[in-house]
Amino acid sequence: MGTPTPIRSPRLRRPAPGPSRSRRSITLTLVTGLALLYSLVPLIWLFVNATKGRESLLDSFGLWFGSDFALLDNIAATLAYDDGVFVRWLLNTVLYVVLGAGGATLLAMLGGYALAKFDFPGRRAVFAVVLGAAAVPGTALAVPTFLMFSRMGLTDTPWAVIVPSLISPFGLYLMWVFAAQAVPTELMEAARIDGSGELRTFFTVALPLLAPGTATVLLFTMVATWNNYFLPLIMIRDPDWFPLTIGLNAWNAQAATIGGEPVFHLVITGSLLTIVPLIAAFLMLQRYWRSGLTAGSLKG
Amino acid sequence: MTVFALVFVAPILYSLYLSVYRDQLVGGTSFVGLENYRGALTDPVFWDSVSRVTLFLAVQVPIMLFLALLLALVLDSGRLYGRDFFRISIFMPYAVPAVVATLMWGFMYGTRFGLVGNVNDLLGVTLPDPLAPGVILAAIGNIVTWQFVGYNMLILYSALRTVPHDLYEAAEVDGAGQLRVIAAIKLPALRGAMVIAAIFSVIGSFQLFNEPSILQSLAPNAITSGYTPNLYTYSLAFSGQQQNYAAAVAIIMGLLTMVIAYAVQLFGMRKAA
Amino acid sequence: MNSRAPRVAAAAGALCLALTACGSGDGTDPDIGAEDVEAALEEGGEITVWAWEPTLEQVAEDFEQAHPGVTVDVENVGTGDDQYTALQNALSAGSGLPDVAHIEYFALGQFTIAGNLVDLAPLGAAELEGDYTPGPWEAVQGEESAIHGLPMDSGPIALFYNQDVFDELDVEVPTTWEEYVEAAREIQEADPDVYVAADNGDAGATTTGIWQAGGQPYQVEGEEVTVDFTDEGTARYVDTWQRLIDDELLLPVTSWSDEWYQALGDGSVATLVTGAWMGLNLESGVPEGAGSWRVAPPPAWEEGETSSAESGGSALAVPVGAENQALAYAFIEYANSGDGVQARIDQGAFPATVADLESQEFLDNESEYFGGQTVNRVYADSAASVLQGWTYLPYQAHTNSLFNDTVGQAYVSDTTLAEGLADWQDASVRYGEEQGFTVTTGD
Repeated sequence: MGTPTPIRSPRLRRPAPGPSRSRRSITLTLVTGLALLYSLVPLIWLFVNATKGRESLLDSFGLWFGSDFALLDNIAATLAYDDGVFVRWLLNTVLYVVLGAGGATLLAMLGGYALAKFDFPGRRAVFAVVLGAAAVPGTALAVPTFLMFSRMGLTDTPWAVIVPSLISPFGLYLMWVFAAQAVPTELMEAARIDGSGELRTFFTVALPLLAPGTATVLLFTMVATWNNYFLPLIMIRDPDWFPLTIGLNAWNAQAATIGGEPVFHLVITGSLLTIVPLIAAFLMLQRYWRSGLTAGSLKG
Repeated sequence: MTVFALVFVAPILYSLYLSVYRDQLVGGTSFVGLENYRGALTDPVFWDSVSRVTLFLAVQVPIMLFLALLLALVLDSGRLYGRDFFRISIFMPYAVPAVVATLMWGFMYGTRFGLVGNVNDLLGVTLPDPLAPGVILAAIGNIVTWQFVGYNMLILYSALRTVPHDLYEAAEVDGAGQLRVIAAIKLPALRGAMVIAAIFSVIGSFQLFNEPSILQSLAPNAITSGYTPNLYTYSLAFSGQQQNYAAAVAIIMGLLTMVIAYAVQLFGMRKAA
Repeated sequence: MNSRAPRVAAAAGALCLALTACGSGDGTDPDIGAEDVEAALEEGGEITVWAWEPTLEQVAEDFEQAHPGVTVDVENVGTGDDQYTALQNALSAGSGLPDVAHIEYFALGQFTIAGNLVDLAPLGAAELEGDYTPGPWEAVQGEESAIHGLPMDSGPIALFYNQDVFDELDVEVPTTWEEYVEAAREIQEADPDVYVAADNGDAGATTTGIWQAGGQPYQVEGEEVTVDFTDEGTARYVDTWQRLIDDELLLPVTSWSDEWYQALGDGSVATLVTGAWMGLNLESGVPEGAGSWRVAPPPAWEEGETSSAESGGSALAVPVGAENQALAYAFIEYANSGDGVQARIDQGAFPATVADLESQEFLDNESEYFGGQTVNRVYADSAASVLQGWTYLPYQAHTNSLFNDTVGQAYVSDTTLAEGLADWQDASVRYGEEQGFTVTTGD
């Protein structure tokens, strides 16, 4: 299809110029509405059921409100349950996300830029390694990583979750592709001719151009860290360091404990509270990740 | 690079090292060479799990990508009312953690008090129990599709947006219809993005863990301890204390995944060339 | 700076494996004894307890009150298998160990066989013999009169039943298993939405059922193990349960799920045969069932005969390598033999100590939830008739995780229970052999 248009071309900001773009179709909208329903119904279900007290949770129809509207009570109960441990989990998750996803994005940005813009031997091999790294099953690494970390005294500390999160093969890949296109080599040449050092070139020339890609990678690593389950499952034993995902599952499993109190309604409300921040982040950062994604999908 | 070494290289080396030993409750640790690999390659449980995820991959990935493709094309056609609303809504499940998604669907799948039960009561029908052994793989597929269809749609949609304007204008001048435009311009433009989406979906399927692991407490008879390769290694390593054998299984699985991901890439690229 | 990292890490890994191997040597620090326990209490210090038992929080607080300078940190690192996994990981890593670990009786074997638990006998546990009911005491004893933990609770089984359901459907509460199957049929005929029990295949319930039927599928002599699911006791359990499955008399809902709790509360499940601890779970998990539920002795296999078994029940133990073993023992003794027991009973726990089980106050306690019934009498009678001679495998926790792969299939396919048990037996044999045990199957 020839050379891809530089992605910063203003033309792309306009809606896709399909041939007959002005004719909107009600039928098509309705059909697509089915997909919309499919995506939204479970979320609506979650919201509706978060408004129900323990009793009506299982008694009433799943997609409509029960006789009681206990959303606020549920939220209060979720936040207060077990001395407010939910809040602690929330803060832990935020900590893991800020350090883990932030760090991963930084590393992916530097690595992707280096891979895209500097020729060095074995560059192709790196691509294979990156893909390979993504392909190694989590469990393969989990056991040895766990054993190594516990020798180093890192297990049961936040570092055990943060350090492995720092590597994001997908992020690296995305930044690589993005940097290859977003930073014109001529621009770097020009900067070098002007006597600018590599670091300076990076910060003054490349960094601003990389911003949309960075935002995209940040979002993806954020989702990955926020949703991380397997890694903290083996690394963290102290409930004080649980992220939300592990904590919620622990609440769900609590029903099976001798003398344990089933708290399914709190699990549901907690689930709702867990996804709200992420959805908010997505909505607010829309503008950035959209253009970043465009770049990532360009090449294969 | 240091971090990369610490997080990937060292554990892989250590896995290799572990995989040639055997540690027993009685008898301690001994060097067994490739014994564990031989065991894994003839282990019916392992191969069952591999064929299960292969089936999953062969069915779920195409369905999901096809849906994503349709949605992306529809979004791009500009014939939708409220396009942005559609785009963001369908993408939203991606933000839901797998744990939450599975817990949620698990509640809904209940035939007695869940949504499935509600629908049965309401319509007087008997839907198949999503947690029955024959059906549960589809139920898992549904959860995964729900989570990722919007994400893949967005990747494809973004790729469509990069198609230069001139091409459409040229097509219009030639009098090409919508379908023709899709076949001649849009689909070729999507090939690269499709390959990437396919590779990551393949990897994701082979590593299936969270969904079956959480559903296991609801359907223990349907989801066996060796249901997926990842679940099997987890069960071996953590419940069975067979970390050496688990390491061998995991290494075989990693190699298998890489080979298949690479094959998908080669296949896609060759067609693209 | 980069090139060195992998080598350092790999070296750390290798070292760790070496230590894993040495970590499982046997043994208690030979120097510590009962005097050290006293000294440790005087001196004070901090211990970590891994337990999911909710009543221990209160015990820990009381203990801290009684011994200023002592800090007890109770951490719930997961229930059952999750905790064993964590403990096993900490043991193989040789770091991050708790001072006290909560371990169910069936899982003690996997830790004792590898020499992972401190022998508490020299610390004072030897003198406690006779304080506990025989079943739990047998469970914590190792070879050469070693004592690997102190029993915390026990789970003599009982028949929990919903009196209202039986009244409403006009069905007699069964006292034998024959009557139980009969009642299951009558209940289904009277109301197809009501089932005698919910069962979707559960390793603990099945082994307990076989135990009560007089089966002894497991025999353990050190490293020699027998697994045999073909003895007479097992056969009569299988026969009865197969009938319940064949006639679809069991509600196929998995224990402990939200639907299960719901079914217990709304009267669609009429009975539950399980450990005495279930009383507490009913109270907290099924509040709407208050006043409806009652407790009876478990159905008998022969009319007039009483036999019982244990379901669950657990001990507190000290892992080898724990930092403060003397203080850890002091806490265990306080919780499971001293004042802690009463504090736990007050919160609804079912003890394993004879003195408490026989105390009038305990026996006469009327349970409001169970309509004023003196349920502890039923439990205590059951505890007294638990069949002796039962053992679990030294790797029971993993074996149990294979239950649903094998026996569970009998609940969802054409596989019979006997075939499922045979598969389970094969899987247990295979794993045992892989782990270096000498396993025979009895036939």
